[in-house]
Amino acid sequence: MKSVIAENLVKTYRNGEVRALDGLSLEVEEGTVLGVLGPNGAGKTTTVRVLATLLKPDSGRAMVGGIDVVKNPKAVREIIGLSGQYAAVDETLTGWDNLVMFGRLYHLSSEAANARARELLEQFSLADDAKRPIKTFSGGMRRRLDLAASLIIRPKVLFLDEPTTGLDPRGRMEMWKVIEGLVKDGVTLLLTTQYLEEADQLADEIAVIDRGKVIARGTSDQLKTQVGGERLELIVAEADISQAREIADRVGGSTSSVDVGLRKISTPVTTGGEALVGLLRELDLAKIHPLDIALKRPSLDDVFMSLTGHAAEEVETAASNEKNKGKKRGGKK
Amino acid sequence: MRALSDSLVIMKRQLLQLARVPEVLIFNTIQPVMFVLLFRYVFAGLGSGIKGGYVQLLMPGIFVQTVTFTLAATAQGMAQDMEKGLIDRFRSLPISRAAVVTGRTLGDGLLNIVVIAVMGTAGFVVGWRPTSGLLKISLGFLMLLLFGYALSWAGIFAGLVAKDARVVANISFLFTFPLTFLSNAFASTTSMPKPLQYVAEWNPVSTMVAGVRQLFGFHNMFGVTKNSFPSTHPIQTSLLYMVLIMAIFVPLSVQKYKNTNK
Repeated sequence: MKSVIAENLVKTYRNGEVRALDGLSLEVEEGTVLGVLGPNGAGKTTTVRVLATLLKPDSGRAMVGGIDVVKNPKAVREIIGLSGQYAAVDETLTGWDNLVMFGRLYHLSSEAANARARELLEQFSLADDAKRPIKTFSGGMRRRLDLAASLIIRPKVLFLDEPTTGLDPRGRMEMWKVIEGLVKDGVTLLLTTQYLEEADQLADEIAVIDRGKVIARGTSDQLKTQVGGERLELIVAEADISQAREIADRVGGSTSSVDVGLRKISTPVTTGGEALVGLLRELDLAKIHPLDIALKRPSLDDVFMSLTGHAAEEVETAASNEKNKGKKRGGKK
Repeated sequence: MRALSDSLVIMKRQLLQLARVPEVLIFNTIQPVMFVLLFRYVFAGLGSGIKGGYVQLLMPGIFVQTVTFTLAATAQGMAQDMEKGLIDRFRSLPISRAAVVTGRTLGDGLLNIVVIAVMGTAGFVVGWRPTSGLLKISLGFLMLLLFGYALSWAGIFAGLVAKDARVVANISFLFTFPLTFLSNAFASTTSMPKPLQYVAEWNPVSTMVAGVRQLFGFHNMFGVTKNSFPSTHPIQTSLLYMVLIMAIFVPLSVQKYKNTNK
């Protein structure tokens, strides 16, 4: 069964001048994770806002849990959880205060709201900090609390809008662990991200969006094949180029491309780190000392380059302006 | 019923904020108390002909000024919640569209009770003595709270439209500050230039001040037109203003909240 269906969603701003959504369609199978991947302004946030009943589309249809988001938004709100790009919690209150308040707003009894708050704080490793005001929390802790707030009613469908944007690497890893835990519990999740790595890590399927449309979809492997997957990049002294190239060909099992001017050899590989170690060993045996060597994973830019022929540029829309405003303010605190 | 209990949860949130950040409550009360003390002693000379002194005239004026500033406070609080994305979260919850805005006005109304009580005490200490009896005095306070509550709804709308806390606080202040001074709150309106006297006569702050003075047992005339409706019926006029403000801003605010970011 499809838990989320969007058909031909259109949303324009400034009298049609800006098309935030331009016929966007997607589906999420129940119990799976869809990663919506795209640059700023591609329409990710607008998509989530429409699906979460915060925004009415100009046209198109969207169903969440079999319920039409435009016709029956209230019923949709009973079964979804939403966690946005910046923590939407009351920062002057404690984590405990916030979770109990949101529990009450989901119409839990006082006891049930307390019990659920305790449970969630425990689950998200925030129990020790439950009585501290949120403004003293780190970025990662805020996001975890925000996520916890969206899980109070055990939603059937969860929307996470760029859950790790702005977090440091450690915060990101922690957040991933938390999300992976939810996925194991079988929640249906639609997650937006700017990072291919993140979609790769968390999503069963990825929809790449650009300028308000889905331009490609598939598993991360399928997309990577389309993009070209990982490659080793190696820079050596001019005299070593031909020999290094032979070695790279052998390690990668394919033909390398060489940029003589940059003295750069580039080889597609399938075994990642293993290939890197192999290459280093062989180079060492041949007494070639690389000036630079790196394992490059395809980035969002690579995906965009190969799918659209243009770089993942930022499209200015009302939605992204709004978003940036929020971020700036968030950063000041 | 559910809408009401949801509003109460939102209101409770504001009380919790005060408990977690008591400075807010302290600043909210220090400022009006400071006004009471300053005006009481700086303008003491103005009350030469008044029985009981200038403070009898002053206290209703300063009460009304304080509740008028509720507009800015509500607007700022609402805009802050917009900025922080909290309103988005509330809008994704299965609660009535009126609950969040109603809760905020109720919370600000409760805060006004505390502030007015502290001010009244300060006024009493420096010589303010309402003479009209318990019932009328209570009605006077009730009218103040209702006026603050009505303006709070205008504040909700301003906050939802502006979405920027600092901007909306400044703008509401630019609007409410002249409103409280172009009135009979601190001095007689008859010393103003003629056109301003007409403004002062119909200014809701003036009718409020006159009405509250009346309820506290102190009659005073204001405005230029002899026997004009607002000056002869200040209480009725004020109530009319409150109904008007609510009739405009309650539906506007709920609608705006529902469609925000459309």
